[in-house]
Amino acid sequence: MIDVIDLEKHFGGKNVLNGISVKIEKGDIMVVIGPSGSGKSTFLRCLNCMEDPTGGQIIFNGVDIADPKVNINIHRRRMGMVFQHFNLFNNKTVIENIMLAPVYVEKQMLRSIKRTNFGIKVKNLFRKEKKPLLPIETTQEKIKADQHEAAMQLLKRIGLEDKADVYPSTLSGGQKQRVAIVRALAMNPEVILFDEPTSALDPEMVGEVLDLMKALAKEGMTMIIVTHEMGFAREVANRVVFIDEGQILESAPPEEFFGNPKNPRLQDFLSKVL
Amino acid sequence: MGGFGAKVDKFIEMFITYKGYVKVLEGLRNTLLIAVLGLLIGIVIGTLIATVRVVPKYKRLPRVLNAICSFYVALFRGTPIVVQLLIAYYVLLPLFGGHMTGVEVAILVFGLNSGAYASEIMRGGILSVDGGQLEAGRAVGLSFSTSMIKIVIPQAVKNILPTLGNEFIALIKDTSVVSFVGATDLYVAFNYIGSNSYEFMVPYIVMALIYIVLVLLISLGIKLMERSLRKSDRRH
Ligand SMILES: Nc1ncnc2c1ncn2[C@@H]1O[C@H](COP(=O)(O)OP(=O)(O)O)[C@@H](O)[C@H]1O
Ligand SMILES: [Mg+2]
Repeated sequence: MIDVIDLEKHFGGKNVLNGISVKIEKGDIMVVIGPSGSGKSTFLRCLNCMEDPTGGQIIFNGVDIADPKVNINIHRRRMGMVFQHFNLFNNKTVIENIMLAPVYVEKQMLRSIKRTNFGIKVKNLFRKEKKPLLPIETTQEKIKADQHEAAMQLLKRIGLEDKADVYPSTLSGGQKQRVAIVRALAMNPEVILFDEPTSALDPEMVGEVLDLMKALAKEGMTMIIVTHEMGFAREVANRVVFIDEGQILESAPPEEFFGNPKNPRLQDFLSKVL
Repeated sequence: MGGFGAKVDKFIEMFITYKGYVKVLEGLRNTLLIAVLGLLIGIVIGTLIATVRVVPKYKRLPRVLNAICSFYVALFRGTPIVVQLLIAYYVLLPLFGGHMTGVEVAILVFGLNSGAYASEIMRGGILSVDGGQLEAGRAVGLSFSTSMIKIVIPQAVKNILPTLGNEFIALIKDTSVVSFVGATDLYVAFNYIGSNSYEFMVPYIVMALIYIVLVLLISLGIKLMERSLRKSDRRH
């Protein structure tokens, strides 16, 4: 699904990613670990081009999205992202946070169909044989109502339907991160990228977020997760990747990765964190 | 020279019997029109400039736009508004053969001028919004401009509302120079009353009072707006 080929990123003169190649298949749960400053966040942010790669390719469903000519917005809708600091939209209520992007995208599609139809109508004035209009099955109101319903379902799933109309500043950290996860889900993405989703949480809230992620994993969601939660990696990942100095030094299923690490730097790292 | 009471009587006579209030209402309308429309134009221009100024400048287009904006801001902040008014009305307007009243020119010049100031205010506002907000917008697939319009700018405006209010108050007071281009504002109206009654003391005091009341009303309006916008910070 995602084929990363020789990915490079430098900031000014500083090389942060030095040729990363990895393949992510549908349903994969890949956990990325590594020391602080090793380039984990940069790697994740290059995958949806929040940072423009300075070299290499990211083939997502057959398209090289690292190419600056592609319309990245369309591809980002297929890739959710969850941030360490949640980044819920502060000026929107919880339900608006979830609905904003899907409603916007569908309304945009509706507008574009209407524009096309208008063009057909104008041209039909000069045609003998009238061309049929594109069918329109929805309205602005229906889009909103449907997405509201869908967003309520997502909130029910995380047990926060009573928080639909409050602003994010009133939520706890764990609640914020769960809303952020369902906000990503609302776009029906093919893959979700997580950048240390539990690092900013109080310890008692880590569990509720990890539980939601585990549930997604069970449903077959493709996930790429940067985390320091080794227990979670062991339990949920089907592949664990160790990044240091912008390179993948080891990539293995969790049993092998934790049970029999080969790279000396990984051995050293594990001895410190486990 | 009569006493103060006589002066007040004279003013009231001019104001009511000789229809001075018509002039004053016209002046008040123009003052508000110039300040309100000027501020709105200023906010639009200021937001555009501020956005250009916060965009990363790796590529050529943002750099060129940025240079244009810097020039614009330097031009309008570097010259007094009276000079801008005079040049617009007596130099540029005849040069381009335009037909505009003094009030229309004043609205335009005040808009362009406050755009330069508002851009600096707005830039501060945009920078005060956590960068994660824009990132989250981009991450769900919204374009840069949509993310700015729907997410960043509303939060920026909330943060700078008091400063924008001060800009509005400054604009209201600055409008007292539009008589230079033949527009009737409060100053012209009260000057008219004064010169027809040969008595300036009371008209000028009343003029000052009207400005004070206007400014107090605006301050109150801003406080109310701030309160209603702050609901997203409040705990439920
Ligand atoms: N926008 C940036 N500009 C310059 N340097 C950056 C930028 N983002 C990250 N870096 C540098 O890249 C390196 C890797 O950062 P990061 O990917 O955040 O590491 P990690 O997530 O593994 O802790 C760090 O040395 C950091 O200073
Ligand atoms: Mg990081």
